Amino acid sequence: MSSLLNVNGISVSFDGFKAINDLSFEIAENELRAIIGPNGAGKSTFMDIVTGKTRPDMGDVVWGEKNVSLIKKSESDIARLGIGRKFQRPTVFEDQTVEDNLMMALRNDRAPFAVLFYKFSNDDKQKVVDLADSIGLSEDINRIAGELSHGQKQWLEIGMLLAQEPRLLLVDEPAAGMTKQERNKTVELLKKMAQNHAVVVVEHDMEFIRDLDCKVTVLHEGSVLAEGSLEQVIENQDVIDVYLGR
Amino acid sequence: MQDAVLTKFLLRHPSVLVFLGMLAVFTIAVTVLSEGFGMGIVSTSLVKTLGKTLCLALAAIAMDLVWGYCGILSLGHFAFFGLGGYMIGMWLMYARTELIVLKANAAAALPLTPQELSDAIGVQIFGVVGGSEFPAIWAFSDSFILQLLLVVLVPGILALVFGWLAFRSRVTGVYLSILTQAMTLALALYLFQNDSGLRGNNGLSGLQNLPGLEETSQADVSLWFFWGSAFALGFCYVIAKLIVESKLGNVIRAIRDDESRVRFLGYNVEGYKLFVFVITAIMAAIAGAIYYPQAGIINPAELAPIASIYLAVWVAIGGRGRLYGAVIGAIFVSLLSSFFTGGQIPNISLGFYTIQWVDWWLVLLGLSFVIATLYAPKGLGGLVDKFKKA
Repeated sequence: MSSLLNVNGISVSFDGFKAINDLSFEIAENELRAIIGPNGAGKSTFMDIVTGKTRPDMGDVVWGEKNVSLIKKSESDIARLGIGRKFQRPTVFEDQTVEDNLMMALRNDRAPFAVLFYKFSNDDKQKVVDLADSIGLSEDINRIAGELSHGQKQWLEIGMLLAQEPRLLLVDEPAAGMTKQERNKTVELLKKMAQNHAVVVVEHDMEFIRDLDCKVTVLHEGSVLAEGSLEQVIENQDVIDVYLGR
Repeated sequence: MQDAVLTKFLLRHPSVLVFLGMLAVFTIAVTVLSEGFGMGIVSTSLVKTLGKTLCLALAAIAMDLVWGYCGILSLGHFAFFGLGGYMIGMWLMYARTELIVLKANAAAALPLTPQELSDAIGVQIFGVVGGSEFPAIWAFSDSFILQLLLVVLVPGILALVFGWLAFRSRVTGVYLSILTQAMTLALALYLFQNDSGLRGNNGLSGLQNLPGLEETSQADVSLWFFWGSAFALGFCYVIAKLIVESKLGNVIRAIRDDESRVRFLGYNVEGYKLFVFVITAIMAAIAGAIYYPQAGIINPAELAPIASIYLAVWVAIGGRGRLYGAVIGAIFVSLLSSFFTGGQIPNISLGFYTIQWVDWWLVLLGLSFVIATLYAPKGLGGLVDKFKKA
């Protein structure tokens, strides 16, 4: 399987602190991958670099069959290339309805004039209805997003990601602050998504990762410490040292 | 086809019809009661004040679009308003002076050469700042059409360049507000100079006299401008409503609430901000171009930083993020302002101290701004919502 995203030896430092140190990483088409690591391991910085929020000091990030370098591109360009990002805190547009949130995320022309004269066609309406259905919000489609519960907002955000029709999804701590029930549903959603998207999940919660049942990458001090199945990884001596202390 | 779309739009948003209806009734009422129509209940100066107020309401709509909807607290939009006034003022002054010079020389044995004519007009206009040459920026002042185009182009291009530089560097929040204040202050200071080519602190005057219509009374002229103001306000209200109800309206409100999230959705946030900044600058400029012929005079003091802050205060008091709120705020506060500062209510003598309304009005305005921010964040427009619910 050819790789979809290829991260080659990136490094970045903030005020002398090396947040990412010669990190290399690869993800294949339709792969589900979990990234774990202690606080400050560089998980969020890694996502910032891939999505264009932070520029690396060294290294390259290469995307797709055409090997496009992402490091000089803006956040919006990268999003349009097909990389979606879900933040830790649910960030939906609280002032607007579920329908409007999804409608904005739909994969359509994003140029200002095209958006100004955009017509919400029946096709697009149907897409929004289907999306709302798949994230369990079909009853709430006309509600203001700000009124939704924490878990519902997380799902809405996932729905917005799906609406973008990305090829790669970066998901930051999706289960944070969720009830057990909501968490199970989130696992199901992510697994379903991984059937036709590549999904990278950053998570602390070991139980959640066990449920995801996928390849795991452990980050530590800005580089890859171990990679493999969860069972392999938690038996790795380096990982035990880092997690349990020496 | 186009009509059907508009009809559907109006049916979906009855508030537009309500607004246009109220504006029409108001316009007709003022017309019927005016001196120009023969009733004389509404004086010509009041017609001018009301016309100017409608222009201010239009500027407030622009401010609401850029601040209330897109979240850019621009404290420089009155600069665009003033520039619009200057651009139309140049033609008004040139054309009227030309007629005066031609009339004065009508009896001369030889007709004036173009050079003599230009010099004579130059002396008339620039004598006050010790010059007679036409500066380069007056190159198009003899053409009404070109100068009308400049009303849109000059503020539009200034907004485009300024916005491009500021938004590209991701200047946001209070820093952007300070930058826009600096822009309007710099422009005002430049215009204050005698060699700026726009008559320094004298500004442009006599703008209420339309070239070639000396015989027409101001009572009629004031009515024409009043109608023009009402039309521009109604027209731009519909345009603004079309913008905020489109998908672009969704996107700019999303930018206001969480800019970086919009970026990760794949929207080029800077492009959208620039679009809104330029469109609203042009709206403000159109408002200014109709305002100053009614005011009769424009000088650099009009572009002072405080003017743009007032604009923000009107929108805050009227209610951000709702177009009628901006209109209510601008009309309410500016009429109240001219009531308090126009010497129409007697000062109150307390024996040891006399309350001078001209001074105390600013304190009242400041207080009401604080109260509106604290207790009625939705402004006067928010009261309309409560009324609707009840």
